Amino acid sequence: MTNYKVFLKGIVDVSPLMIPVVPFGLIFGVLAIDIGFSPVETMAMSLIIFGGASQIVLLQLFSGGASSLVIISSVGAVNSRHLLYGAVVSEHLSDLKLVWKIIISYFLIDQAFAISNDYLKKNKDSNRYFHLVGGGATCWVIWQSTTLLGIILGAAIPEKLGLSFAVPLTFLALLVNDFRKFINVIVIIVSGLVATLGYNYIPFKAYVIVAALAGLITAMILTTKMKKNE
Amino acid sequence: MSNWALILYCGLITYFTRFSMIALIKKEMFNDRIREVLSFVPSAIFPAIIFPAIFINDKGLFEIDDNPKILAAIIAMIIGIFSRSIIATIFSGLASYWFLIFVV
Repeated sequence: MTNYKVFLKGIVDVSPLMIPVVPFGLIFGVLAIDIGFSPVETMAMSLIIFGGASQIVLLQLFSGGASSLVIISSVGAVNSRHLLYGAVVSEHLSDLKLVWKIIISYFLIDQAFAISNDYLKKNKDSNRYFHLVGGGATCWVIWQSTTLLGIILGAAIPEKLGLSFAVPLTFLALLVNDFRKFINVIVIIVSGLVATLGYNYIPFKAYVIVAALAGLITAMILTTKMKKNE
Repeated sequence: MSNWALILYCGLITYFTRFSMIALIKKEMFNDRIREVLSFVPSAIFPAIIFPAIFINDKGLFEIDDNPKILAAIIAMIIGIFSRSIIATIFSGLASYWFLIFVV
């Protein structure tokens, strides 16, 4: 396949995941203006940070009066999952030039990772990373335009709709194939429980990385046990 | 710290978490065992975002009574398991949620 076709395939594959990004971007734009950020600052957040969960956490803590240091460390903790995404995709990108690694890193987001991780595993073409760029670029366009729309619409969107619920639903939808596998289900439960119970007790909103590590350790133990029993 | 500095630092730390592993890790560092464990990364991370968003309210409190998000998420999960469709999962969840808060 040509680079362009792989790029297009990335766009097509990521499209279903873009539907929930629309309300997410709108909510972010509306909330940021509501809290007191200027339209330019709000747009800059989406352009510079380009991460939904990080930006929502920034807003939550900012409006709660948290210090800059706490906000930045929390954003870092929420983003710690990218370390793991990076570690997973890096084996497919290790032959690339540094400039491509710099570009691709900007697009390494949840949705693009979720769809391209499967694609990268199944394809061995040297241009397979264009799939990740296609998915990431699509999300970029949707994220920037819905942020802008949220800034413009402002308070016109009723809070009663509870559109923020689209956020967990998106992540839930990304796991549909994992619900059928026994070890995955245990890992999901362990991670979810640790995050929920530790939400208020683990400092700096580090519950995401703590829960993820607990889940991975569970996966390590269970896969080792399964092998011994074989 | 000004808003601009805050935005810039948050952007830098976000980018750093994405870039560092891609730039530092070499292909030879991965054996089958590490690969197997890393395949569980989505199952280990996404629930850490899903569960608190369902069970913990805006005030940071655990909420289990009178919480329509729980039933809506369970319906979405069941639809997801049988349909294996991302869109069906999300829309069944939102539709159930709206049904529960506006109709019931």
